[in-house]
Amino acid sequence: MAGNNPNLKPMNLTLKVWRQKNNKAAGALETYKAENISPEMSFLEMLDVVNENLAHKGVDPIAFDHDCREGICGMCSLYINGRAHGPEQGTTTCQLHMRKFNDGDTIVIEPWRANAFPIHKDLSVDRSAFDRIQQAGGYVSVNTGGVPDANAIPIPKSIADKAFDAATCIGCGACVAACKNASAMLFVSAKVSQFAMLPQGKVEAKTRAENMVAQMDIEGFGACSNIGACAAECPVGISLENIAILNREYLGAKLTSQNV
Amino acid sequence: MSWFAKTFSSTIGRKIVMSITGLFLCSFLVIHLIGNFQLFKDDGGAAFNVYSHFMGHNPVIRVLEFVLLAGFVFHIWDAVALTRRNKAARSVGYAMNRPQDNSNWSSRNMGLLGTVILVFLIIHLYNFFLPTKTGGLDKVMVDGMMIDNLYIRVAESFKIWWYVALYVISMIALAYHLVHGFQSAFQTLGLNHKKYTPAIKTLGYVFSVLVCLGFASMPLYFFLFK
Ligand code: HEM
Ligand code: SF4
Ligand code: FES
Repeated sequence: MAGNNPNLKPMNLTLKVWRQKNNKAAGALETYKAENISPEMSFLEMLDVVNENLAHKGVDPIAFDHDCREGICGMCSLYINGRAHGPEQGTTTCQLHMRKFNDGDTIVIEPWRANAFPIHKDLSVDRSAFDRIQQAGGYVSVNTGGVPDANAIPIPKSIADKAFDAATCIGCGACVAACKNASAMLFVSAKVSQFAMLPQGKVEAKTRAENMVAQMDIEGFGACSNIGACAAECPVGISLENIAILNREYLGAKLTSQNV
Repeated sequence: MSWFAKTFSSTIGRKIVMSITGLFLCSFLVIHLIGNFQLFKDDGGAAFNVYSHFMGHNPVIRVLEFVLLAGFVFHIWDAVALTRRNKAARSVGYAMNRPQDNSNWSSRNMGLLGTVILVFLIIHLYNFFLPTKTGGLDKVMVDGMMIDNLYIRVAESFKIWWYVALYVISMIALAYHLVHGFQSAFQTLGLNHKKYTPAIKTLGYVFSVLVCLGFASMPLYFFLFK
């Protein structure tokens, strides 16, 4: 290690972390020290260090969600210093590095706040509402038969790219967390428009839009005020254009589908 | 519930109603503004009184008045329904929140801005619209016809400093409401396209500022120069 590089000096931080035993218990912000933190650690690794120290002291470690730790699974969450996934744009919390903070900083860490995402424990929230929305129509039914040739269905590159961009949504819920209305519209719009643009998805497009929006409303997410905080905080840059597409799909489906 | 009622009580359905009524109300603002420019005519109010007499008695306008009322009612009804739902979607807020880093103030405060507009509307209608219906205005002879002298009521009201202040503040609120609302309505209706969206955003901005400056100029003109 280049010892005299100030950017690589270990940091000492003060954390204010939301602790809550379970969904029923009352929670509160607790203060912890994070000492000797390498700037090269990810935010989650920093929490691992803190948790190890807490465990040594016999304190219940801080519960937080994580899995791949490389920005692809969507499990990590955390509202860090007032921002979903922390201050950086286009990153998940596992991709956020401690060098983005300064020695001596106080960092406030809270769970995603939305009634549709009840708290499991501490910073870990239940995002199964997203699963239920997916199950309501976020798929393409494939009937059995021979495998078609990959080039049998022509799709213009521009459309394929747009559908792919929408498909990059990792279901993390940062859009809901950042939205003043706790609206899930960016997530649902990505899931709906991803299929609506492709010939394979068009077959079930109307029922999909109707059912996924109905489930979204049942789960208790807010409505979209076109504030745009979701897209600004989305780690993969899902665009607001998808919400316009969802609105078109939904209204068109409602006016013309056979479902009454 | 019928499919129709279900559609328009869904979150997206309600937003579609808000966007259509919102744009309709924008068209009303244009008509109202152009008509009110008669106030600037230096003829002792004759042109303005003729215009307001026409607006109050023309059968087509009278019918449109009810369409306008319906526009406001649906806009406000769904505004309340959505704002309540949106508040209820997060009952525990963040201890630390920095929304200013990812969004505009006006977009997050449409309910507050709308409420200011609503309070203004009630006072405005009570003062200028209601008296034309209840015969509470002085009469004036124009072209051999006795008609309401609404001009005098306007000119007198705009001499009161707090009344002028109320108008100016309300027009600022309306401008902020529309800076977000105008372009938002197109997005709600599904129009988001790289060819048109930048133009819609610019147009919305210019529209909001010009219309609200236009309305605010009337009380200011009477207060300062009459
Ligand atoms: C002349 C008067 C008004 C005009 C021209 C107007 C126009 C608009 C427009 C164009 C929108 C955007 C719709 C969309 O996002 O799709 C909007 C949204 C909104 N308006 Fe108004 N409005 C007016 C009065 C009011 C009043 C009196 C209220 C409330 C009491 C109100 C409350 C709202 C709210 C809360 C929204 C945001 C809804 C949401 O996105 O969740 N407005 N308005
Ligand atoms: S739209 Fe973006 S922020 Fe929302 S769930 Fe998908 S990846 Fe996460
Ligand atoms: S842990 Fe998988 S995206 Fe962060």
